[in-house]
Amino acid sequence: MLAFTLRRAIQAIGVMIAVGVIAFSMFRFAGDPVNQIVSLDTPAAEREAVRKSLGLDDPVPVQFARYFGNAVQFKFGVSYQFRQPVSNLLMERMPATLELAACATVLAMVFGILMGVYSALRRDTILTKFFQAVSLIGISLPTFLIGILLIYLFSVTLGWLPSFGRGDVVRIGWWTTGLLTLSGLKALIMPSITLGLFQMTLIMRLVRAEMLEVLRTDYIRFARARGLTTRAIHFGHALKNTLVPVITVAGLQFGSVIAFAIITETVFQWPGMGLLFVQAVQNVDIPIMAAYLLMVSLIFVTINLVVDILYTIVDPRLRSTISRPA
Amino acid sequence: MTVPVLSVRNLEVEFLTRRSTLRAINGVSFDIAKGEVLGVVGESGAGKSVTGLAVIGLIDPPGRIAGGEIYLSGTRIDHLPTEEIRRIRGKRIGMIFQDPLTSLNPLYRVGDQIVETIRTHMNLTETAARKRAIDLLAEVGIPAPEKRIDAYPHEFSGGMRQRVVIALAICAEPELIIADEPTTALDVSVQAQIISLIKRLGRDHGTAVMLVTHDMGVIAETSDRVAVMYSGRIAEIGPVQDVVQNPLHPYAKGLMGAIPTLAGEEKRLVQIPGSMPRLSAIPPGCSFNPRCAFAFDRCRVERPEPLKQGSHAVACHLYDPAPNEAAKETAA
Repeated sequence: MLAFTLRRAIQAIGVMIAVGVIAFSMFRFAGDPVNQIVSLDTPAAEREAVRKSLGLDDPVPVQFARYFGNAVQFKFGVSYQFRQPVSNLLMERMPATLELAACATVLAMVFGILMGVYSALRRDTILTKFFQAVSLIGISLPTFLIGILLIYLFSVTLGWLPSFGRGDVVRIGWWTTGLLTLSGLKALIMPSITLGLFQMTLIMRLVRAEMLEVLRTDYIRFARARGLTTRAIHFGHALKNTLVPVITVAGLQFGSVIAFAIITETVFQWPGMGLLFVQAVQNVDIPIMAAYLLMVSLIFVTINLVVDILYTIVDPRLRSTISRPA
Repeated sequence: MTVPVLSVRNLEVEFLTRRSTLRAINGVSFDIAKGEVLGVVGESGAGKSVTGLAVIGLIDPPGRIAGGEIYLSGTRIDHLPTEEIRRIRGKRIGMIFQDPLTSLNPLYRVGDQIVETIRTHMNLTETAARKRAIDLLAEVGIPAPEKRIDAYPHEFSGGMRQRVVIALAICAEPELIIADEPTTALDVSVQAQIISLIKRLGRDHGTAVMLVTHDMGVIAETSDRVAVMYSGRIAEIGPVQDVVQNPLHPYAKGLMGAIPTLAGEEKRLVQIPGSMPRLSAIPPGCSFNPRCAFAFDRCRVERPEPLKQGSHAVACHLYDPAPNEAAKETAA
């Protein structure tokens, strides 16, 4: 088990180095960084001084090693547009994104699993047909459109919920949270729904399909022949087997929720990392873009690792194949 | 006369399809006495497994019991509400399925599955149920049961898993065990062990056993009586020795003729020409008539009912001493 975790961790480090190379190469392909820092009429000598002070005259491998070494210490340089260290900017924005992503995922998991199980067990009811219709909408409507429709309905027409921002936040150490104030919670509702709807429908469809599959298996038939109660069969035996693939998908989706929060954050002007990234793209602020790329891939890689480990906890068969590799 | 443990009368099972209604079981009747093993043989699709599932109330839609009665120790059970038949399943009727590799839930320890079943049917504490589970595993021949009880299904071999399945089937002391092809998925040496285990358990606990299989060898070894099924009906039923050595129904004759012997006669094995009709195309009259070498006009028109012939009962016009005049007329 430990060897397995270590092996996976080493693979994860490999992936991170590869992403680091890509992030670093952005600096070189997007033009001379010096031009973006100095003004148009800066004399050449001064440009050279800047170049030297930033270490941009060193050989490329040295520059990469320096960049990566700094990145490991969570130093991503200074943002061109804000003139502040990128790590500070990210840290400031991260709680907003993580809170939004976590809410969206919890929403997606809870309703996705409930709706999936219900529609698998009661296949022909009106409610099931309604869920299926909702899931079709969730899968096919683009995120920004759902966001705009929600804003139109609940902010513009009904005036119930704020259309942008995070509301009042409470500061706990370096973390700012909107979960403790009423306006913060109200501000969270629509962005979470917008961000989580696609995941919810995905999970619902997955749970439904898996559950139907599991209900056809021999061990469910045998469980029925043993006279177990319907509840024990559906929620003990069937649901647990259904959840194995659901964990993987939900876990990996958490990564995409964070990555694709960009759109939702833009629609709702949510002060998170995604909005920061969009602004960075508009201003060719490469340090932020590179750092964002590294952050998102770090999150993805970490989640992958956690999912792999979770997998072995749920499924005993994997545990034994891992502990004695063939 | 004592009441038989299981008594099936004129059972009919239908499957509703979009185009038509297929009759999988058509008027099957048999009894199983306490401690008796009834073997049910026949080709794939003859209705053996469906009969077993009908008895335990596990025919899923689009299938349904269309007629007849099923009595368990004298009480009718075929029309009980879902919740009541559920209480009978596992408690009064145990079932063993064909494939032990897929019968157990892979994510639960075998002990938990046994304890769960015991506690569903018996009023025992967790500890008492666990102790009983260990005893059951010992009884079905699992070595070191107090250790193996915490293993997962994939940590057992196929034969051992079938033993666990049997332990699960008998954990509430059922009156009847339905074993649906319990040895088909196992290799031959393990088959013999499982067969003798089922036989021993039936004898020790006085349990009636309905053994569904297509393997005549297994039947000959295990059963007291045998029912030969063909196309949803019982062709012949009787004591196993008589049926094996002196089959009456032409189909049963064909089946017995197809068993290789070690006696060394270099005779070619008999083969029954053709194959069993599909449910959607069962011929009128005796469903075996297109393949039967002895078929005459009456067989193509009138369905034979089981006739008593000594210790056997056989559904064949050849044994009807007074051929029905009316049938002859229609045939002519």
